[in-house]
Amino acid sequence: MYDSGKVIVGLLIFAGIFLFPFIYQHGSPAEKPKPSLDTPAIKALPVKKCVEDTKFMITTHMQFLNEWRDQALRDGNRWYVNKAGKKVWISLQNTCLKCHSNKKDFCDKCHNYAAVQPYCWDCHYDPNGSKL
Amino acid sequence: MSMDRRKFLKVAGLSTLIGLGGSGAFELLKPGKVDAEMEHEGHHGAHHGAAHEKGEEAGPKIRLAMLIDMKAITKEKAEKIIHTCHHLHNVPNWGDPKNEIKWIWEEEYEHVFTDSYNEYDEVLEKLPFLLMCNHCDEPPCARVCPVEATFRRPDGIVAQDYHRCIGCRFCMAACPYGSRSFNWLDPRVELKKEMAQGRKLNKRFPTRMRGVVEKCNFCVERLAEGKKPGCVEACPDVMHFGNLADENSNVRKILRERVSLRRKLELGTKPSVFYLV
Repeated sequence: MYDSGKVIVGLLIFAGIFLFPFIYQHGSPAEKPKPSLDTPAIKALPVKKCVEDTKFMITTHMQFLNEWRDQALRDGNRWYVNKAGKKVWISLQNTCLKCHSNKKDFCDKCHNYAAVQPYCWDCHYDPNGSKL
Repeated sequence: MSMDRRKFLKVAGLSTLIGLGGSGAFELLKPGKVDAEMEHEGHHGAHHGAAHEKGEEAGPKIRLAMLIDMKAITKEKAEKIIHTCHHLHNVPNWGDPKNEIKWIWEEEYEHVFTDSYNEYDEVLEKLPFLLMCNHCDEPPCARVCPVEATFRRPDGIVAQDYHRCIGCRFCMAACPYGSRSFNWLDPRVELKKEMAQGRKLNKRFPTRMRGVVEKCNFCVERLAEGKKPGCVEACPDVMHFGNLADENSNVRKILRERVSLRRKLELGTKPSVFYLV
């Protein structure tokens, strides 16, 4: 091999730079996101329960919100009846964010962790926040 | 193997023709679709006729419509209505016709009734006509929308689903009333600027994003809550909102008593905004 010294050194440098983030972060996993439920509206609730149970909301809220959207907008039916038989007014800004009035510490926490950018916030906004 | 250009073009052209004609003929000869469509049309037509003979019973139960009283309107009231609507729906005021977003706006008689304009009508000429989405019975915008982002609800409202809109602007080309506006720029940029100057957002309603088309929605979000449209609430003496399908409704009563105009009826879109003159 011609110039083996330079090639091998170059490869070593490349491998070092490439592996640096993995070695640097090894053993210190990023902290799991803890979405905050600390809002006045949630505190005032007698039973701390979302529209459906927590596990369902954590795993399925994306599909669930899509269904809400289609039901309200396309079918014109703004009432959702949950599994317990309770009626809920369908609205992201006026129902969801009424309790979860801390988008920054609730929605954004997990979304940033998972590096997802849902396009909800292109149009919808937190009515409790001062910013658009 | 050799083939000169002339021969190649002949063969290519011939096979294209056969290919096109062949598949076209195959599609046409395929049974079912066309027959079914024709049958449907015929049936639909007959059904329609019967409905007319029997009166309104067989038609839709709700057909929402807006009546604008041109005898009661003034410049101030028109401005109040526009302001109320644009506040309720967070419509930015770009102050620039290129980027302008309008849900309801003012226009002169000459431009509103292009087909029936009467240059000797000195009364109508001076009035501020309010234009908005006509919520047509046969909305051309909904016909051309490739993603069904805009559609006609059973109650007659032509709704716009911003989640689906891809911003192709076919609807804007199709709408004969110019009721639709495109967000060339991010509306939040302008809204933020206006908020710095004291504009208040309606926090119950979202904004739009860049690249979608928007228009008047007959305040569908307020109707769902049992409220009246914003413009009706702003000036109840000018704007009348009700159900055309109900013979005893307020709007039908007014239409019996007053002379009314509708825009571009000859196009067959069946608009549901009436101007009482």
